[in-house]
Amino acid sequence: MTSDRVDLLLSMADDELILGWRNSEWTGIAPFLEEDVAFSSIAQNEIGHARALYELAAAELGTSADELAFDREPEEYRSSPLVELRRLEWARTIARHWLYETADEIRLVSLKDSDDAEIAGLAAKMDREEAYHRMHAEMWIDRLLATDEGRVRLDEAVDELWPYALGVLDDELRDELRARVGARLGRALPEVEAVPRGVHEAELAELWEEMTSVRRSAPAGAQW
Amino acid sequence: MVTADEVWAALAEIPDPEIPVVSLVDLGVVKGVVVDDGTVRVDFTPTFLGCPALEVMQRAMEAKIADLGAEAQIRVRLDDSWSTDDISAEGREKLRAAGFAPPAPRQAEKLALVQLERGFRCPYCGSTNTKLENLFGPTPCRSIRYCEECRQPFEQFKTL
Repeated sequence: MTSDRVDLLLSMADDELILGWRNSEWTGIAPFLEEDVAFSSIAQNEIGHARALYELAAAELGTSADELAFDREPEEYRSSPLVELRRLEWARTIARHWLYETADEIRLVSLKDSDDAEIAGLAAKMDREEAYHRMHAEMWIDRLLATDEGRVRLDEAVDELWPYALGVLDDELRDELRARVGARLGRALPEVEAVPRGVHEAELAELWEEMTSVRRSAPAGAQW
Repeated sequence: MVTADEVWAALAEIPDPEIPVVSLVDLGVVKGVVVDDGTVRVDFTPTFLGCPALEVMQRAMEAKIADLGAEAQIRVRLDDSWSTDDISAEGREKLRAAGFAPPAPRQAEKLALVQLERGFRCPYCGSTNTKLENLFGPTPCRSIRYCEECRQPFEQFKTL
């Protein structure tokens, strides 16, 4: 049994770790060099956020950030299915990036006022760093909305990912996400059920195999 | 017995692992030093949480303090207590001299892309006719800019 606090920290940490991993899959193969740099840097930052969140959880659980990141079974991760999807297609990647960063901002802003000083402090720091991720995502939304083809591809991707995007947030924060995404796109979003956290996409097991393979190959602990 | 001043002086000799022209003290990431008997407690704030140099910085501080004959306890503060505004005037000048545009001051309002697009000064020729090429660069703390005047790309420390 874990506390609500640990649940919250692990949910956010798992989101950031898994999305960081997914973003890093563009390293070397993004459509052009500037995006290769951008996605690689965003990935590095998300994994840094995951580490900080895992450290707070680890202090409460008496374990370490690495053990939380790599020594759990795939079904124990609390990540939202949005970040687990493997979408190596640019419009969907941008739509996922934008939907996640928008949801993440709503979540961080709600946590900056937390009574828990450690969580509020870390949320404030993460929010300042995430501002760069959001500017990057918004720049791409401007670009996609500027052409007919971009608009169509963004709309298709957002509709496909929308139930997943809702699942990033707790119920009480979803209306704000709906309002913000709807206002930016100038249209209503589909009325659908959220894909809940804790239900894993098949792609997570595959990602986990790869992500934990080095650590599992040296159970006594690799020395770098 | 080591003094806090000696510890500060020793920490000021540690270069940033990624941008070695500035020291950890120039960067403002050392928030406090308390000497208690044979133990030195250092309050340390990460720059960007994704910075790959954070552990190297911690190990370097531990080694410097060990050289002074004391035991280091590094407390990492995972909160919003570090800003690029904490980089010293000297540190900013060292950045500029090494070809990095220093960060703009932190603003009260939410950071917007439009603020970053124009107006930063080229560290090579001093022109403000520069443009943002990429919000992201080789490390989490840097953006890439281009000077339209001297045609030189350069890096800028992001405001945090």
